[in-house]
Amino acid sequence: MNAKIKNFSQNLIEFRDVSFHINDILRRVVISEVSLAVPVGETLVLLGRSGSGKTTLLRLINAMLLPSQGQVLVQGRSTGEWDPIRLRRGIGYVIQEAGLFPHFTVAENVGLVPTLEKWGRCRTAARVGELLRLVGLDPAEFADRRPRELSGGQRQRVGVARALAADPPILLMDEPFGALDPVTRAELQREFRALAQRLQKTIVFVTHDLREALLLASRIVLLEAGRIVAAAPPEEFLRLEHPEVRAFVASLGTAPGATV
Amino acid sequence: MNATSSYWSFLTEHREEVWSATADHMTLVVIAMLIAIVIAVPLGMFIVQRPALRAVSISIANIFQTIPSLALFGLLIPIPFIGGIGRRTAIVALVLYALLPILRNTYVGLSGIDSAVLEAAEAMGMTSGQILFRVRFPLALSVILAGIRTATIITIGVATIAAEIGAGGLGTFIFRGVALVSDSLILAGAVPAALLALLADFLLGLLERRLRVV
Repeated sequence: MNAKIKNFSQNLIEFRDVSFHINDILRRVVISEVSLAVPVGETLVLLGRSGSGKTTLLRLINAMLLPSQGQVLVQGRSTGEWDPIRLRRGIGYVIQEAGLFPHFTVAENVGLVPTLEKWGRCRTAARVGELLRLVGLDPAEFADRRPRELSGGQRQRVGVARALAADPPILLMDEPFGALDPVTRAELQREFRALAQRLQKTIVFVTHDLREALLLASRIVLLEAGRIVAAAPPEEFLRLEHPEVRAFVASLGTAPGATV
Repeated sequence: MNATSSYWSFLTEHREEVWSATADHMTLVVIAMLIAIVIAVPLGMFIVQRPALRAVSISIANIFQTIPSLALFGLLIPIPFIGGIGRRTAIVALVLYALLPILRNTYVGLSGIDSAVLEAAEAMGMTSGQILFRVRFPLALSVILAGIRTATIITIGVATIAAEIGAGGLGTFIFRGVALVSDSLILAGAVPAALLALLADFLLGLLERRLRVV
């Protein structure tokens, strides 16, 4: 009992022997026997090639998927026991291309979760203004625009603001900057790092870009074919001997837009 | 020249009759369309996440479309409650014709939404009802309306045949004109029907563009 409470206060998210296979005839294994704990305030980067299971791992956290075996605990409670709607309202989610609602204005997009949570008009509007300023967009200029009237970078900023709207303790990000041009991407990465340090959120960030992982992570977890093959803070990660780590490190020199 | 002037003189002489037939025609179309919308739009929303039901219902609606309209009117006459001679039978047939375009467009509109948008909606903790009514439906509205527009134009045309089973409308002139070999009579039915179709197309097209997102 005591151990459980202690766990809860330390680890906001915990994977316990989690496996996930697609529920069809082939039963392809996507995640096998992953155990991982994410303490409060960590920025954990899930790194891996396409198809390594990063996104699946992310979707197991907010119960968009449920594990085939094992348990995923969020705030000490298994995702299968959570009401998925309640769970997700406490978890910010940012994806590539932002996934903004095209029929909503920027303000309506950012204010979505507060509106669903019935905050009331004034409080929501104040929060929307605060968030737009936080992500570097002037509310007077942007609040009434539609997503199609924004650049890719601006859209992604709105996506981040929307995810932060109800002040969730957890933020999940699935290659949020992947579709941006290299200059805008670098700009958003730097700003996001500053933001993450200031806000003290627990962040799980998916990417296939080691450079991005090194910039943002407090810990990098490398996935290969649904298994964790390495986990270390950035400086240590670069020195690991695992062949998949070496493959990623080798890609640094040849990555497009390599300027460091 | 001669035909045109005799057509005009016919129209002016029978203005009242033509107007009342046009009004009857519009009544038939509007009633049939309202019923078809009330059936097909909710059905389309219902089948979006149910592939088996989707195949069955779209196939059935497809079959109605393939039955020649005159045959469909004839086939309905002997059926109890919905059949018989007159307006009710005609409306049933028109509804059956209008179902497919509305049903198909409702389904296509609701299912053709950017998967990133739907993923975000789910991940932000919207319930499936909220996703349907606040995200899918508003984004699909212009596509659904395009289906309603197609169905309306079809219905205006097919409704002329309803006169054959005693439902009235502009078809009355056409059938009488065919029987009497009178171009003026045929045109007295055909021209207003064509104008109605063009007008409906134009007005619904305006609405459709206004509701389009992106």
